[in-house]
This record gives sequence, C-alpha cells and structure tokens, in this order.
Amino acid sequence: MAVYSVRRQVTMTILAWIVGLAIFFPILWMVLTSFKTELDAFSTPPQFLFFHWTLENYAEVQERSHYFHHALNSIILSFGSTLVALLFAIPAAWGMAFSPTKRTRSTLLWMLSTKMMPPVGVLVPIYLIFRDLGMLDSRFGLIMVLFLGNLPIVVWMLYTYFKEIPRDILEAARMDGATIGKEIIYILAPMAIPGIASTVLLNVILAWNEAFWTLNLTTSEAAPLTTFIASYSSPEGLFWAKLSAASTLAIAPIMVLGWFSQKQLVRGLTFGAVK
Amino acid sequence: MATRQSTFLGRILAAPSILVLFLWMIVPLGMTIWFSLLRYNLLDPGNESFIGALNYEYFLTDPAFFTALGNTLLLVGSVLLITIVGGILVALLMDQPIFGQGVVRLFIIAPFFVMPTVSALVWKNLLMHPVSGLFAWIATSLGFQPVDWFSNAPLFSVILIVAWQWLPFAALILLTALQSLDGEQKEAAQMDGVGPFSFFFYIVLPHLARAITVVILIETIFLLSVFAEIFVTTGGGPGLATTNIAFLVYAQALLQYDVGGASAGGIVAVVLANIVAAFMVRLIGKNLEA
Amino acid sequence: MGSIQLKGVTKTFGNTSVIPHVDLSVEDGSFVVFVGPSGCGKSTLLRLIAGLEDTSGGEILIDGRNVVNEGPAKRGLSMVFQSYALYPHMSVRNNIGFGLKMAGLPKSEIAAKVEHAAGILNLTPYLERKPRELSGGQRQRVAIGRAIVREPKAFLFDEPLSNLDAALRVQMRLEIARLQKSLGTTAIYVTHDQVEAMTMADKIVVLNAGRVEQVGSPIDLYERPDNLFVAGFIGSPKMNLIEGPIAAGLGAKTIGARPEHITVTTDGTGTWQGTISVAEHLGSDTFLYVDVPNAGTVTVRTQGELGLKAGITVGLTPDPARIHRFDNAGKAIR
Ligand SMILES: Nc1ncnc2c1ncn2[C@@H]1O[C@H](COP(=O)(O)OP(=O)(O)OP(=O)(O)O)[C@@H](O)[C@H]1O
Ligand SMILES: [Mg+2]
Repeated sequence: MAVYSVRRQVTMTILAWIVGLAIFFPILWMVLTSFKTELDAFSTPPQFLFFHWTLENYAEVQERSHYFHHALNSIILSFGSTLVALLFAIPAAWGMAFSPTKRTRSTLLWMLSTKMMPPVGVLVPIYLIFRDLGMLDSRFGLIMVLFLGNLPIVVWMLYTYFKEIPRDILEAARMDGATIGKEIIYILAPMAIPGIASTVLLNVILAWNEAFWTLNLTTSEAAPLTTFIASYSSPEGLFWAKLSAASTLAIAPIMVLGWFSQKQLVRGLTFGAVK
Repeated sequence: MATRQSTFLGRILAAPSILVLFLWMIVPLGMTIWFSLLRYNLLDPGNESFIGALNYEYFLTDPAFFTALGNTLLLVGSVLLITIVGGILVALLMDQPIFGQGVVRLFIIAPFFVMPTVSALVWKNLLMHPVSGLFAWIATSLGFQPVDWFSNAPLFSVILIVAWQWLPFAALILLTALQSLDGEQKEAAQMDGVGPFSFFFYIVLPHLARAITVVILIETIFLLSVFAEIFVTTGGGPGLATTNIAFLVYAQALLQYDVGGASAGGIVAVVLANIVAAFMVRLIGKNLEA
Repeated sequence: MGSIQLKGVTKTFGNTSVIPHVDLSVEDGSFVVFVGPSGCGKSTLLRLIAGLEDTSGGEILIDGRNVVNEGPAKRGLSMVFQSYALYPHMSVRNNIGFGLKMAGLPKSEIAAKVEHAAGILNLTPYLERKPRELSGGQRQRVAIGRAIVREPKAFLFDEPLSNLDAALRVQMRLEIARLQKSLGTTAIYVTHDQVEAMTMADKIVVLNAGRVEQVGSPIDLYERPDNLFVAGFIGSPKMNLIEGPIAAGLGAKTIGARPEHITVTTDGTGTWQGTISVAEHLGSDTFLYVDVPNAGTVTVRTQGELGLKAGITVGLTPDPARIHRFDNAGKAIR
C-alpha cells in the first residue's frame, strides 16, 4: 500500500508539474523573450535560456511609450473605481444583509443581471455622452464607468461576507449604544476585513484587466496598461522582445498581487457559493 | 434589527447603489433604443431622422449578423466546454497528493491575472506566429508544415486564447469544491468497492454541480462580451470569421460611424443577453439558494 | 431604579401573531425569569423590551416612561446573549469598555470601571486576551462584564447558560444570582431550564404561545399552578395528570399528583393498584413508572432503594392535600 502510494505520488507530481508548466508556459516564454535582443527573439530555432540577456527592451519601452504614465493610470483607475464602489456597496450590503426585506433577494439578482448586459449595448450613448461632456480619455470618466461595471459584484460579494457575521454581535453593539455609523466602523468593518480585502482584490484585478471601456474611451491621457499594450498590436515591424517587455511590465504588478492573495481571491470568486 | 428604524435605514443605505445602477442601466439603454430608431451617422451630423425599425431590419437581415451570432455562441459554448472539462481534469489532478502543490497552484492560476490584450498579443506573436512562433518551430522540427493559425483557423485560435485565460478560474473553483468533498464519503465508496469511474460520475460530479453552475454563470457574463482578444488579434477577420456580436456593433459604431445601425445591434445584443440572463438567474436562483 | 411594565404588548411578524397580548410588571431590583416551551416567544418578548424589535401594539414602561419609540441604546438596559456576542476583534478590556466608549466617557474613567468589573468577575488576568482565547465560562463572564459595567437599569439575559456544560452551568447560575443580589439591579432572565428558573427567580413568568399563563414565586407555581399548562410545565419529573373516572370521582375533569407526593406500598394497601413497568434507580431517588388501570402510566418518585423492580404490583396513595383539580377549561379548582 505504502509503496503504491509513493509511486502514485511521484507520477501525479510529474503529471501536475507538466500540466502546470504547460499552462504557465506562455507567460514564462513572454518573460524570457523580454530579456532577449530582437534578433534572438525572432531566431529559429528559438533560444530557451542561453541567449544574450539584456534589459534594453525595458528601458526602451519606458522611453518610447511611457510605461509609468500608463501604469499609474492603471493603478488610479483600478483602485479608484474599487474605492468608489466600496463607498456605495458597504452601506448597501449592510442594508441588504442585516435588514433584509422581501425584495432583497430579487434586488441582488437584478443587480447581478445588469452585469450581464453587454457593454456594446450602451457603447454608443456612453461614447456620445462622454464626448459631449469632454470626458473621453479622462480618468474621472473611466473611474465612473469601471465603478458602475463592478458595483454589482462588489455588493454581492460584500453581502455574502456580511451575511456570515452573527446578528447578535451587531445587536450587542446596538445595546451598547453604538449608532449605525459607529456600528459599521467599530464592529462590522473590522470583522469583515478579510471579506472586504478579497472583494477589493478581485475588483482591482477585474478593473486592471478591463479591456472594453478602456480601449474604447481612452487614447493616451487616461489610457491604462490595456490600451498601452494594444498599441503594440500594430503589425509594422516585429518587435517581439519589446512587446514582451511591455507585456511583462503590464501584468507583473497584478500577477504579484494575485499570487500573494490567491486564497482569498478564489473564495471571493465563488461568490461564497462554493465553500 | 427588525425595527422600523433599522428597516428604514437599510433601505436608505441600499438606495444609492440601486439608484446609480438603475440610471447606469436605463439612461444609456433608453438612448440606445432612441438612436436605434434614427438614421444617425456621425459622418453626416445634423441629418438625423426618424426611420422606425429600419435599422433593425438592416441589422437583422444582414448576413453579418447571423455570422456574428453564430460566432458568439460558438465562442461561448466552446470556451465553456473546454474550461469546464479541462478545469475538472486539472482540479482532479491538483487534488492528488503532489509535491510542490503550492507552486503548481501559482502556475495554474497565473493566466487569470493576464489582461486580455496581453494574452492575445503573446499568443498571436510569440506562440502562434506562422514564421517565428514557437508552435511553428515545433511543427517544423517534427517535420510538419507550420500552421498559419489566424488565417486558417481564426475562430479556433481566438477560442484557444480565451479558454486559456479562463481555465484557471474554472480549475480553482472546481478544486475548492472538490476539496470540500468529505473524506468519509470517499472511504465509504472504497468500502463499497465503487470503481474510480463510477465514483467520479455518481459522487464527484453531482458534488461539483453547484460549482459548475457558478463557473458557467460567471464565465458567460464575461464571454458574451469578449472584445479585446478579437480587437488585437484579428480585428474580426479574416472577413467576418472572428466577428462576434460585440465586435460587430463596435465596428458599426466606431469604424463606420453608423450610430443608428450600431444602436440597433446593441439592442439586439442586450435582448440576446437578457435571454441568457433570464436563464442564468433562474439557474443560480435555484442553485445558490440556501 | 429599574422597574419595567408591559401594558397590552403585542407582536406580529407579518401575519403571525407571536405575542397576542402581554401585561406584566417587574419590580425594581427583582429577578424575573421567563420560562416556557421552545418557540413560545420568550426571546421575542425580551427583544421587545430591549428595543431590538418594534412592538406591534401596547406600551413598555421603564421607570414609568413609555419607551416603545426609543432605540435600544436610549433605554438604559443591557443584554447578555445566548451566543455571548462578544466582539471577536477586540480584547476583553475593549469588549467590556465598548459601551462606555460609545457613551463618551473619558478614558481614565472607562479604565477604572472596566478594571472594577473585571475584578468582580475574576477576569483581571485575561483583560488583554481576545475572546477566542477564552474558555466558554470566561466568555460568559466577559458578556456579563459588558452588561454590568454600564450600570444599566436592568439586565436582560437570553438563555445565557445554555452553551455551558452542566457543572459550569451550576456555578455560573450561582454567580449570576449572587451578582444580581449584590448589585440590586433588576434582571429579566429567559430560560427553558426549570432548575434555573426555580433556583434563581424571585418571580417566574410562565409563557405559552405568546401568552402569560401564570406569574408567581417559584413555590407559588409549584404548589398552586393556575392551570394545566403550568401544572405540567413546572416540576420535574412532570406532574401526573389523570383524567376519566378517577378524576370525575374527585369532581374534576383532570386531577394532578406530583410524583414526589405519592406513597408506594407493597402490602396490598393503597388508593390505586398498579404494576411497575420500569424502575429507574438514581441512587438517592428511584423513579417508578407504574401502569395503573384507568389512569395510564403514573410516575412516582421514592427515596432510597426499596427493592422495587419491574413486574411487581404496588399500591399508590397520593397525598390528598396535594392533589390538584382542574375543570373542563383546564383551570385549577380551588
Ligand atoms: N423575525 C421573525 N419573523 C417571523 N417569525 C419569527 C421571527 N422571530 C421569531 N419568530 C417566531 O416567533 C416565535 C417565538 O420565537 P422566540 O424566538 O421568541 O421563541 P423562544 O421562546 O425564544 O424559543 P426558544 O426557547 O427556542 O429560544 C417562533 O414561532 C418564531 O418562529
Ligand atoms: Mg429564544
């Protein structure tokens, strides 16, 4: 039995590593390519490790297309929209979780269903409204759009987390003389911190990677990394190494954040429906 | 909790979110409906006129629409199929005792963090490029003719990229669900002499039903409006081969400046999404209860 | 000060009436226990008093002032929950002091009061711990500390001991009773444990389906139950309730005799004759379940070991002075 187990474990380990590496390979390959010269990047047969390692692509990417400008935009847009969403969603989720009415459940489902409305359905008017208000290519405008797009998810996630907080504790606070504001600040928020954190994470990631509104409503000033990368899609010239460097830079921050928080993230992703 | 005061307060607190979402939904939607009834082209401003359902007639009778509809359904369906089947397999594998599980987990979840524009470009240029791509090199080394993916199998290529992005999501949720299958049930099944296949189909799969529902729901939301992957790889082509509804409407609006036609297309997209949504809401309403 | 009066209090949830009509008065400084079967509305009534639920009708007077339109904080009551409801992210010190902080007391005063309360409850060594680092009994004490530190007009307890093991329950029961006496603060205590009710209460309120069946001192309820419900509910083992010809012979629809008020004889004498079906020997006590024709199974409590066992025929004689008689409506005939 024991011998069999060890053999099985070894087999499974090898298999799992092969699968894992296969899934990860495109990213790995991208990162490797980003350290090559353009010539090496294009060479056949491909160079796996023994090539001339260089950082020049990174320097050039920043110089040419202002990586930091776009990265800053990405940060502002993703955290900004998530923060605004929290401001709206925490009270809403509080209300729905702790003073539910008959319609709470259908309200929540309705909120989620707005998320199913394809953005193209409202692209034209939003584009025109933005144009007329001078909000095309503005951070503020995009924060609003991303906030509204993510609000249903934020409300829903917080709702599922809040539901797990025993009512008794909030009632005890109320007996202790806490007003609603103080109840949220001193009791609910600290208790829900893990839930709020995973909500923030997931939404930052979603906003960071959002690539419909960002592509259609920004050009340069407010353009985040999604747009920055899309500008590398033009077919003139084959700059694989630079493209790779730019891509690596675009995903690195969020990948690191995601890796550190994957446990909370997975839980958040399931909307609390899978334990 | 259930005092008049707290119920009232609960409503007040929920109101802003409900209000902004309602406006976000209704104002643009109302405008889209209105535009869809107009002859309205951005290249020809000041000449808007009411033309009733004509835009819909054009949009719905345009063969491009059916192609795009077919592409949309094919894309959503295939990606769901690949990610769920693949996700179950990956999850089953990850549930085995393996060395370095934490690291493998990081590998597997990684594609989820990659923004669509990046994954599309990396796949297109570094892997699937017919000359310098890695796949081409592999094919050549094995003595085959390299495939020009985006010319010969454009939609399949897009599906592959999108599936790669969503596989981690499916795998991790299914893994979480799988790990909650209690050990005693496994042991009981072993005692009963249930074979691995019967065990999978009669015990594991039903246990995963809820998680699969969640995966279908969330992926569908995002897959119905896949855009960036098409935008940066094929631009909807060649011809209409990779144009889905989202891209078709985009092209009509921002490439042809036909606001009226695009709006009609947008409304069609909304109606289609609502059909799917109604179905989904029923599905989760049932499956996420309790 | 802390007298509480309920006048015609009603509560409905949607269409179901949970509390049809309750009048009650709780004197300042007394220890009142609500008992009743599960789901009879004990918690609801307590929450109405606390202000955690709105009344559907009637008045709640605290020290003569109607408080039905005031929030829980304004009523000056404190509550100990069955789940303790401690704030998990706060230390014991902050848990106990939270109410004082909300009331805006200066830090030094809060610290002094918390130390004092902790001293009374033997919690001083644990002040810096988080609730999850405490045992069940200690958590219970923190919950009590949180209640007493605010010097409320009254304590409200909702089954505070039901999560503790039997030995701890006895100990905490004594502590709570002693503490309440020494502070002289009014207390309302919900339980479905008879022993708690009988031992702690100055006054017991028996509730059934949202109605007050009887209010009285423990001995009152034991000796003079007003109706069948109270007769059956108070006392353990339950009072024997006998209908039919035996009851009719005494001019009642139903008669009741407590197991401890029935004498057993083995010499053929006795009012009723019956066969022992089960004998439970507990050491000090023996419970006999005797099948008596026309009366069903009669429970008898005897002392010591009498060599009684199943199958033996015995004679049973209820103490005539302690037979309870009830009319057709279940009301006691006195
Ligand atoms: N929020 C509510 N909505 C509807 N019905 C309720 C609500 N709260 C309580 N009830 C109902 O009111 C009745 C009394 O409930 P309550 O909690 O007061 O019982 P209890 O006497 O405390 O019972 P237990 O001894 O089991 O704690 C029950 O039938 C319960 O189902
Ligand atoms: Mg109760």
